[in-house]
Amino acid sequence: MAADGLHENETLASLKSEAESLKGKLEEERAKLHDVELHQVAERVEALGQFVMKTRRTLKGHGNKVLCMDWCKDKRRIVSSSQEHAVTMPCTWVMACAYAPSGCAIACGGLDNKCSVYPLTFDKNENMAAKKKSVAMHTNYLSACSFTNSDMQILTASGDGTCALWDVESGQLLQSFHGHGADVLCLDLAPSETGNTFVSGGCDKKAMVWDMRSGQCVQAFETHESDINSVRYYPSGDAFASGSDDATCRLYDLRADREVAIYSKESIIFGASSVDFSLSGRLLFAGYNDYTINVWDVLKGSRVSILFGHENRVSTLRVSPDGTAFCSGSWDHTLRVWA
Amino acid sequence: MAAGPAPLGGHPRAQKPHLSKMERVVVSMQDPDQGVKMQSQRLLITVIPHAVTGNDVVEWLIQKYCIAEDEALHLGTLLVQHGYLYPLRDPRRLLLRPDETPYRFQVRLNWEQTPYFWMSTLWPAAELDYAIYLAKKNIRKQGALVDHEKVGYHHPSPATPAESSQRNPSPTSGAHSPGSKLIQMHKHTHPIEGVSEGRWGVHPPELGVGKSFPLETFNHPQAHYDQLHRKINHTWDLVVMQAREQLRAAKQRRKGDRLVIACQEQTYWLVNRPPVSLLLEGGSWTAEKSLQGQCVSLRCSLRTCLLTLGKDVSFEILAKFLTKTVDFYKRRIECCRKALGRTRVKSSVCLEAYLKFSSQRGPHDPLLSGCLPSNPWVTDDDTYWAMNAPSVAVPTKLRVEQWAFSFRELLEDPVGRAHFMDFLQTEFSAENLSFWEACEELRHGGQAQVPALVDAVYQQFLAPGAARWVNIDSRTMERTLEGLGRPHRHVLDDAQLHIYMLMKKDSYPRFLKSDLYKDLLAEAVVPLETKRRVFPFMWKPRHSSPSLALLPTSTSGEPEAAAGSPGGGDGET
Repeated sequence: MAADGLHENETLASLKSEAESLKGKLEEERAKLHDVELHQVAERVEALGQFVMKTRRTLKGHGNKVLCMDWCKDKRRIVSSSQEHAVTMPCTWVMACAYAPSGCAIACGGLDNKCSVYPLTFDKNENMAAKKKSVAMHTNYLSACSFTNSDMQILTASGDGTCALWDVESGQLLQSFHGHGADVLCLDLAPSETGNTFVSGGCDKKAMVWDMRSGQCVQAFETHESDINSVRYYPSGDAFASGSDDATCRLYDLRADREVAIYSKESIIFGASSVDFSLSGRLLFAGYNDYTINVWDVLKGSRVSILFGHENRVSTLRVSPDGTAFCSGSWDHTLRVWA
Repeated sequence: MAAGPAPLGGHPRAQKPHLSKMERVVVSMQDPDQGVKMQSQRLLITVIPHAVTGNDVVEWLIQKYCIAEDEALHLGTLLVQHGYLYPLRDPRRLLLRPDETPYRFQVRLNWEQTPYFWMSTLWPAAELDYAIYLAKKNIRKQGALVDHEKVGYHHPSPATPAESSQRNPSPTSGAHSPGSKLIQMHKHTHPIEGVSEGRWGVHPPELGVGKSFPLETFNHPQAHYDQLHRKINHTWDLVVMQAREQLRAAKQRRKGDRLVIACQEQTYWLVNRPPVSLLLEGGSWTAEKSLQGQCVSLRCSLRTCLLTLGKDVSFEILAKFLTKTVDFYKRRIECCRKALGRTRVKSSVCLEAYLKFSSQRGPHDPLLSGCLPSNPWVTDDDTYWAMNAPSVAVPTKLRVEQWAFSFRELLEDPVGRAHFMDFLQTEFSAENLSFWEACEELRHGGQAQVPALVDAVYQQFLAPGAARWVNIDSRTMERTLEGLGRPHRHVLDDAQLHIYMLMKKDSYPRFLKSDLYKDLLAEAVVPLETKRRVFPFMWKPRHSSPSLALLPTSTSGEPEAAAGSPGGGDGET
């Protein structure tokens, strides 16, 4: 049976085995330069003391599960989305939301396969739905979205296995990113000087780093044992952390091109749904499906604290832009700000 | 017994990892040597063998995983909520009590004895099994079904009047005709809402019953009831027959066994009963609805694809699938080849960088080191935010220090950038920064503005004799000027990078050594710590302790004094 793209002597099986063998070679190359483990290097770092973090605010406004949230750059306002026919956002099953850098608009989307931008207004009478602009169109649900450095461009991740970059004004597709073998569940933009890359994680257990300009996959990491629910860059931009259904969080270094740490504990059984770093990158906060939040010492690899409070799974977690607190959203219909 | 249809692709979707992990825990709990102490427990007048107490379970978890009691309780409760452990007393409340309450482990029982299997093997449970369970309850208790069970249970319209008189009608249901108001939303709050959804993939389309938001009773439209009725009607006789058989078999067991099996069954269905709306929609209660299943995994082999799609799949669909898979592997190969060619850095170098970064930023991290005067979220005092506003006249010392960490951070801070611009003006190279800013605007701006912006930048910075001409090396300039013929948002990237590096390597270090910067550091403000009730976010313990002390949490803004803390206050120890 002929198919486009196959040359003579190439069969699907041969392609597959070539891919596998290349992957094996890559692992070998990566291992050659791995001369020390992170926790060994971190032995001389002072241990963290006992941690005291509490819920400082509980936000109860949603009538249903909170699925996603984002901070405004003013460090105080939060946008969150939930599984409901909300009055202000007439879009069922909003699974992704993001604040524009200017603070004047938000983007959200979900089961409607679209990402729409809503200008924010403080006029209560104004119908926000009327001003909505449909920007992104995917062929499956929208799982994550993020503005790039300005209000003009949006990066989206979708259940159709692709990510895409869009121009907000015209809705034009600027670049698409293909390579994941299953739904893409999360993405994060790199805080680099040239600001040109982002990382995405998906149900194919892979985390992939992309060049925004060319659409090419720059690096790929496949060490998780289950879906990757969340990815977040380390503040320096040289590494990123991921949280997965396999109940572990992992740290991947981009220069060493490998996984450098695993944050796991035998008593932690449920998947991590959302991760974020504190400002210095010393702490990693991870929300789990067993309703808890675990705080990890990134350098030593140990768990510093476990936070109880939510009454259902924690679905989203973000540290505030100035690092004074972090907010967690949960299926128990509330958002909690911790500090 | 009807099993669900085969999952998409022929490969059952990988069992949610947390279930197999829980099973491993439960297996080790039942280890005869290392497991939880099992003994006979007394329940009223019956003696139940092979039971454990809540206390013992908690103790065992604490020992095995080196965790504190609260975490052990939490983990134990999760095991109960998932049905691996069931309480022998008050089985409807799925909690682990740290006392003498007896529990038993759900075990794989013999198929002939009872049809209930362990969670991971029977997933999801079939509708018929649930119907049989409800039928048994109905027969046993003469129709006194609990509210939430009435939803699933429904009398079919009798085939003949004679048959209907044989069945014992539920006094409350009155459901001999399709028009009855039998189906109601349950008032009883679902104690473990999160659990049943955990089996459903990402987001099941159920009507979100919250733990603290009991739903009101309401009557469903006629159509729904009819649908269900029709759906299960043809197998109703089978259901009732099975139910009777099982009840008869149960009567032959010892009382102790009967009690145990009844508890086990009840827990099982508490955990596994179908979400209400799916029953009403008449949708197939399987994992097919899982959103994650919608996206065809490209790992399916061609053979599986054929099996799934069937022999009469069209040629086009198959060819398309094949092409898609070919693309996927080619991309993968390409990515791997490129990756093999990239230069890598030794781990030791990379990891050292983290140490340096974290130690440098530690004092700037409010969650790690606190912030002055105080963290607004803790003390409700906004001063910190006011003092660190984006465009404040006098920046704080920490902020000014941060400009020395990296060029990027200097530029990211509007106050820092403004001062840097001032400095560049003294060196007559301010056009570099302006050029860089204009390029940023182009890169992140709207698509429609691209041609106009490119032109403006050219006129102002690149054209010969331009007012603010920037000094770019000839090769980059040549390339850029060529590209201007077809302007796109990345056409100035090379030039922008060149100027950025120039500033970073040249102007930036001079800025940090300049009087301007030194003055800024000297003038910078160091806020006074708010005296009242400031507790640091972490303090060093006198001696390290493996357990995690958790202070009583409160949702008020007031930090409470820790019991036995090493003397609150400044916490400099």
